[in-house]
Amino acid sequence: MEQITIKIEDLQKSYNQLTVLDGINLDIREGEFVAIVGKSGCGKSTLLRLLAGLETYDHGNITIQGKKLTSLNRQARIMFQDGRLLPWKRVIDNIGIGLSGNWRPRALEALKNVGLEDRCDDWPSKLSGGQKQRVALARALVHEPDFLLLDEPLGALDALTRIEMQSLIESLWSRKEITSVLVTHDVEEAVAVADRVILIEEGKIVLNKVIALSRPRVRTHQAFSVYVEEILDRIMGRSNDSDLRLVSKR
Amino acid sequence: MTPTLKGFGRQFTPWAIPSLILLSWQILSWQGVIPSRILPAPTAVFQAGVTLLSTGELYDHISISLWRALAGFLIGGLIGFLLGLFNGISRISELLFDTSIQMLRNIPHLALIPLVILWFGIDEMSKIFLVALGVLFPIYINTYHGIKSVDKGLIEMGRAYGLRGAKLFFVIIFPGALSSILVGVRFSLGVMWLTLIVAETISAHSGIGYMAMNAREFMQMDVIVLAIVLYALFGKLSDVIARYFENKWLRWNN
Ligand SMILES: Nc1ncnc2c1ncn2[C@@H]1O[C@H](COP(=O)(O)OP(=O)(O)OP(=O)(O)O)[C@@H](O)[C@H]1O
Ligand SMILES: [Mg+2]
Repeated sequence: MEQITIKIEDLQKSYNQLTVLDGINLDIREGEFVAIVGKSGCGKSTLLRLLAGLETYDHGNITIQGKKLTSLNRQARIMFQDGRLLPWKRVIDNIGIGLSGNWRPRALEALKNVGLEDRCDDWPSKLSGGQKQRVALARALVHEPDFLLLDEPLGALDALTRIEMQSLIESLWSRKEITSVLVTHDVEEAVAVADRVILIEEGKIVLNKVIALSRPRVRTHQAFSVYVEEILDRIMGRSNDSDLRLVSKR
Repeated sequence: MTPTLKGFGRQFTPWAIPSLILLSWQILSWQGVIPSRILPAPTAVFQAGVTLLSTGELYDHISISLWRALAGFLIGGLIGFLLGLFNGISRISELLFDTSIQMLRNIPHLALIPLVILWFGIDEMSKIFLVALGVLFPIYINTYHGIKSVDKGLIEMGRAYGLRGAKLFFVIIFPGALSSILVGVRFSLGVMWLTLIVAETISAHSGIGYMAMNAREFMQMDVIVLAIVLYALFGKLSDVIARYFENKWLRWNN
């Protein structure tokens, strides 16, 4: 049985009057891939930023590898929705941010892992959206973090590129089994890559679903769509209205 | 559907209009349409330049003017840059200084000339002071604004990737502010020449502006026009230098 590496207890966070997270309890095991879904504005990014130590919480506890998280989480690397590559640094130097010593070979290796080694001397502005996100992913992975925090990394990409990126993330993850938390809007994406899908609603976890499917997962399988439908139904707050379900999936 | 110019054409097209004006000016002067006491011919101006150069007078005036421009620019630029830097980074510094600076900024610095003459007389100090003062504000505003408007998301990314203090500054904040700072530099180069011209014309006993003022007393039209041409050339030169650095440092931008 793997160890609990991230423990979140009764976590609360509000901005001014607005309560965003209202008593989150969650344990994440080492090497686990957890996906967080929920409607826009429900606090997914906030939770992720709290795990990264980029923000302070009002109440409760986050324990990382047995230690209470009070400042920047140095074992974690976060990948942002908008990539956040530095436009004035070439691709390879973007990957080198925060590295010291002889980092170039490592950065090149990371770039190779996402299939972009031939673009290492380009400016980020010359890359496509999907390529930028691959560079951002390489940048996060080159640090060999204990935790990988992904905040809708594929949100801005088209459907085909998304699927490609999802399998890339999955294959990179399964190589090293880095404990990962992925925030996403896309339930299908969550079911495709995660061991467990968490649904947040009104600041609380309302669904905690283990995805017991073997990898790599096939989207067309019956079992896959059953998971997707179940989670979608829960989000839309309905039990079984097939007409509405079709509408909501568009 | 504009055809793109290559090589030779690209290099020389910008000079077509100045050359044309120069040529017409010369021809009109020859034919006596423009009397030489209104405007001397380009050849006469050139001749005046050669004469002054051979006596060493021109070299002295130019070097003293350049020295004033450079010294004033460096002093004012450095102060403006540092103030902009601190006020952009530190909330306390901003609260303490920004309002005062904004108030001073609204005084046209050339209005201080009478005061500056009384303070420093008409030697180097007064010119350098005025240039520094004029250069300070555009650099300050653009540095301050540049630092303030660096993408917060990039700064957060830097922090999340372990950058702090000086590293965070040099990897993210400064490069992010650089294009705005360079806009300030380019603008202040213009202010630098303007201030110097006015200051040298009103109160000096050396420099290009003084040379022009002195020539007026002896009705040496050619020398006056020479001074104006020199200012135009130096203005263009500083612009070319600023552009060179913009292209070099902001390559990622285009
Ligand atoms: N710095 C902040 N100051 C004030 N309110 C904030 C701040 N950051 C987030 N919020 C608010 O907290 C709520 C949750 O924001 P969060 O970004 O976590 O949502 P999200 O679930 O990630 O949404 P999305 O799916 O659209 O990205 C929102 O209502 C947002 O307005
Ligand atoms: Mg979000």
